[in-house]
Amino acid sequence: MIQNQRGLEGPQDLDHGTTPPDGRPIGEQPKWRRDFPIDWAQDEYVSRRELVKFMVLTSAAMVVGQFWIVVKSAFRPPASLSPGLPIARVDELSIGGAKTFTYPEGSTPRLLVRTGAASFVAYDQLCTHLLCPVVPAFDEGRLHCPCHNGWFDLQTGRPVAGPPQRALPRIFVEIRDGSVYATGVEESTT
Amino acid sequence: MPVPDALEFFIDPGRCIGCQACIQACTECDTHKGQSMIQLDYVDRAHSTQTVPVVCLHCDSPTCAEVCPADAIKRTEDGIVHTARKPRCIACNNCVLACPFGVPKMQTEMNLMMKCDMCYDRTSVGLKPWCASACPSQALAFGTREEMARLRPHAKPVNTFQFGMQTIRTKVNIMVPRDSAVEIVDVTAAIHEPTIGHEMLDDVFEPGPDRGDA
Repeated sequence: MIQNQRGLEGPQDLDHGTTPPDGRPIGEQPKWRRDFPIDWAQDEYVSRRELVKFMVLTSAAMVVGQFWIVVKSAFRPPASLSPGLPIARVDELSIGGAKTFTYPEGSTPRLLVRTGAASFVAYDQLCTHLLCPVVPAFDEGRLHCPCHNGWFDLQTGRPVAGPPQRALPRIFVEIRDGSVYATGVEESTT
Repeated sequence: MPVPDALEFFIDPGRCIGCQACIQACTECDTHKGQSMIQLDYVDRAHSTQTVPVVCLHCDSPTCAEVCPADAIKRTEDGIVHTARKPRCIACNNCVLACPFGVPKMQTEMNLMMKCDMCYDRTSVGLKPWCASACPSQALAFGTREEMARLRPHAKPVNTFQFGMQTIRTKVNIMVPRDSAVEIVDVTAAIHEPTIGHEMLDDVFEPGPDRGDA
């Protein structure tokens, strides 16, 4: 290859294949010659066709990706009706008390809150804004994210104030034999 | 894929019989859009049947690309100088005027300079260019240097040319007699000789008896 042979012959243009007519190294050449190399490999300008090809293929990939997401969610298996995982005893929490747990095993932290004598709610603990952990503000009937002052409704998990736009994923719980069991995770509706 | 380094192009004008098979074959090349890129020069048509096929010599420092104001003429890593890139060529004819060998051709209907690219679609996969495949006397030959030395015991390849002040080294070789002292082919050596067919013109314009050997 011409380029490689030249590179071996002299140190003048190891990274630049174009040999100017006067034979001087490329560094001593006028700027226009450095800007417009003759060799294809050094030509950095993107041609119109390359730009159009890149944009068309990228757009097509995004469209296909959207359809793939739609198809994938259509075939998503329904939430399994698991027998449930014991996460707390009823008498462990006072009304207004809270506890973190994981469900299923290895999940992100979930938050269980006792809202009444026989009522519990549980949500994913990560704020839907920037994944800070939310803490219960039981007296106000809300969950609070202190990072950016986001607020969620304690009964539904919906955002009521601050930056979050999406509801906290809900964990279904039920009480059996004095224990609280997690039985499922609500599918995201957004 | 680059053209293999071992394969070289050899022009041997002494073998050319002027059959124009190369010109026809050239139009068949997929990269030539049906155009022939070969020029067949008649040396002195009134007195000789000698012809010279001219393909691109693929200079080390291609003048056509040097003078291109649109940065359209590019050389690939194997040293092949290609037809102007269509999106860039502005059909200004600079390359046509600058080439010492008169190789680039302006295709005005396409507003594109086209030139011999040694049939890049063929040579880049190891095949011969169309002209070298078709040439019956192998005045245009494509092969290894050893092969050529064996087939042409009386000729040697030269790839250095002089054009005025400019010394040009090329990828393509031209064959000269082996025992000659020629190391550099002077492209413009014949420029001071009488023009082709000068006697006829002299007769028309100035019928003096002393104009014959101007």
